[in-house]
Amino acid sequence: MSTLVALARAQALAAGRAQPITTVRHLHVHDRPLVLIPLAMAGEANAPLAALLGSAEDQPRLLVVSQPRNRDERFAFFAALAGVVVPYLDSFAGATEAVPVDRGRDVRHRFVDAPQIWVPNPGGADFLRLLGRSTRFRRTDGDFPVPPAVPRLGQWLTFLASSAEVPGSSLLVNAVQALTQHWATGQSSAEDAHFGSLFAWITDGAAAAREAENGPVAGPATDPTFDNEILAPLITAADPALTGVLRELLVPTWERMWKSIALLRTLPAGARVASRWDSDRDAYSAYVEHLIEDGSPQPRRDGAVAAAARLQRLENAAARYAVQRAFDDPLVMAEHRLTGQAFGALVTLAKADRIDDSGKRPVLRPRIMVATTETVRVEPGATLTSPSRPAQKAKVVSITPTATSTDVVLELSGGMGRKLVAEPGSVPAVGEQLLLTTLSEAYRPGAAFPDPDETPWTHGGPPTHHEVTPVE
Amino acid sequence: MSRVEKLRGSAPGKRHNARTVAALTGNPGCTRRAVLDAAGVDKVRLAERIGFPGAFGQSRFALARGNAFEAMLKADDCALLRSTLGAYVGGYEDLGADEDDTLSARHSRTRALLRSGAEGLLDHPLLTLDVAGQTVFLEPDLIAYQNGSQLQVVEIKSFAIIDGQADGTAVSSAAVQAAVYVLALRRLLGDDRVSHEVVLVCPENFSMQPVAVVLDVRKQLSTLRRQLSRLASVSSLIESLPASLSFDLAQPVADLVSSLDALTARYAPECLSSCEMSVFCRDEAAGRTAVLGRPVREALGGIETVDEVLALASGTREPEPDQVEAAALLRAAQRLRDEAL
Repeated sequence: MSTLVALARAQALAAGRAQPITTVRHLHVHDRPLVLIPLAMAGEANAPLAALLGSAEDQPRLLVVSQPRNRDERFAFFAALAGVVVPYLDSFAGATEAVPVDRGRDVRHRFVDAPQIWVPNPGGADFLRLLGRSTRFRRTDGDFPVPPAVPRLGQWLTFLASSAEVPGSSLLVNAVQALTQHWATGQSSAEDAHFGSLFAWITDGAAAAREAENGPVAGPATDPTFDNEILAPLITAADPALTGVLRELLVPTWERMWKSIALLRTLPAGARVASRWDSDRDAYSAYVEHLIEDGSPQPRRDGAVAAAARLQRLENAAARYAVQRAFDDPLVMAEHRLTGQAFGALVTLAKADRIDDSGKRPVLRPRIMVATTETVRVEPGATLTSPSRPAQKAKVVSITPTATSTDVVLELSGGMGRKLVAEPGSVPAVGEQLLLTTLSEAYRPGAAFPDPDETPWTHGGPPTHHEVTPVE
Repeated sequence: MSRVEKLRGSAPGKRHNARTVAALTGNPGCTRRAVLDAAGVDKVRLAERIGFPGAFGQSRFALARGNAFEAMLKADDCALLRSTLGAYVGGYEDLGADEDDTLSARHSRTRALLRSGAEGLLDHPLLTLDVAGQTVFLEPDLIAYQNGSQLQVVEIKSFAIIDGQADGTAVSSAAVQAAVYVLALRRLLGDDRVSHEVVLVCPENFSMQPVAVVLDVRKQLSTLRRQLSRLASVSSLIESLPASLSFDLAQPVADLVSSLDALTARYAPECLSSCEMSVFCRDEAAGRTAVLGRPVREALGGIETVDEVLALASGTREPEPDQVEAAALLRAAQRLRDEAL
């Protein structure tokens, strides 16, 4: 928790209203998202009780399992869920666009759009992950055949749940995370996990949030008192009123979900949100291709090499996302300024035509001096960048504290054209206000991993390939 | 009438269990909880009476499933449990139902049986543990499995283990509870007689098939020992309270609240999931940085109230000598926020 966000929480508490902690929106908000609110049966491992879902606010579709322990009903529920979700997911596998690869020597194709599913909270996303696990290995033949859409749903849900673990991905969004990323409330993060209360802090203030705490839950877990006093008698009596009760329970969350999406839409999108959505479209396109060509379900657990590679991808994505957020948003960058990883400075001297001819070939290496009153926690030799000129590197030559501020001399390279004279405007001019940071958007190459067949013995050796798909 | 009974009033006392001991050690600085638990006050009813009820029920579906799972394991002389544990030798003895008047008889029987060291499974043993200068009875829902020279704690839980993974919160609370039992058993029999590895028996994947996993609770044990030793002696604490203090639920609400005021609470948002009084304490702590959670409080330099934080951040208040550093950081944060917004 940065002091900046902590201060925003204190301000929210004093004001009785949530406070913004970003100036732009950091996630892609789809024009036609699918909202899905799952409800689970207490005690059972991932037994669905109901789901309210749909891609239009005025057309919620309610699916109910009226006897949660009845296996046939459970599978009818999965089939009905697949009947809504799978066509939605498939509907984006239409028009494609060409993307140059290999420095323009080749092209590949990706779909121009991708799906986006919204669940209320991390628990909802987790529920979908387990739903994916319990359905993707189902057989469409044999003793307990299921419709082909059920294992397909399982594969899709598994894909979505694992993409939700990638920082910055917007294929499966949970509303609690999306809102807490943009607003700080005057309560603890444990209380923010209650979607209704969090939403009320943002729209109506503290008093309404307290009120909402006792209101209907956003799932997937139900309230024990509701279970004991309302649900249990209805299920025991096989009362047809159950559907109406569950609808009433879920509708407030449904409305808040759509209002949250609308609220986030009103924020201007950050400059790098579109490029992250491009990556999401890449992932979606690749998975559609996998389903057409191979179609095998994801393994129950990743092998050693796959797990290591995935971990590295996640780490890279997390680092990239943190930098992109800071570059897109001065308020996020302010957190780094507070810790000394970035500082705002005024250009006091600039020599734009400085040539370094000590090497074989003369190169353009302008130098500038900046003055700052902020904390500077960098060493000479460090490389800084500025969000306004991301392609340009600034090497710290010297740092000199003066009576009132700190003077930093920087040597610039890159982003000034190919000639020995800098393109106009590419070198910061005297009097310009600059933001400099150690954060870098530079490409991080992936590590080299062995082929799965050459997994070292330290990691369990090569995986055995004859794992039978389990049926349970 | 003892001091403790006077505190509790006319209601029957609530006993400690592994869950309350675990919760106590989770927030050892909270005098309110320590005293109320020591006096055996029914906190659920107390909170309801003063108008701050919490939601601490358990779903009957969850209970039913838990009971069904346990019954399945224990059917036919624990046939399924034995095959899950690989424990085919020895007998099975159930030390009986949860009743208050048989406490000491059950405890001495437990002691005798455990000390005899005969191999087999022992259900519902009654243990004691010294908590804050008081001896509390623990009624573990567990099986002690005597395996050769070592005793192992077996806990049956109904959360599922899916592909070798289970819900982290559920596992960690099971581990802390098991550690309480291990500690109580060790105090009774000596450290080397009781294994620090406990066995968790859970349903596997989406079925009711049991699977046994071994948890090493050494870390939880040492935390527990440290926290128990840090718990201020509650007995002397109770002695120092004014004699008029009582939590008899028959009293008017105003008197109950003023009695509660005499006990200092240390509220943290984590209390909301573990303590029945938390809603009251949260209300009482309004305006303090503690209600925002420990990480936020630390990021704000440990300053006590939100008003102070905002005054220091805006520079309208001179910091105390120990707040100088925090105040500088807060002012910088305020300036950066103002600049960006």
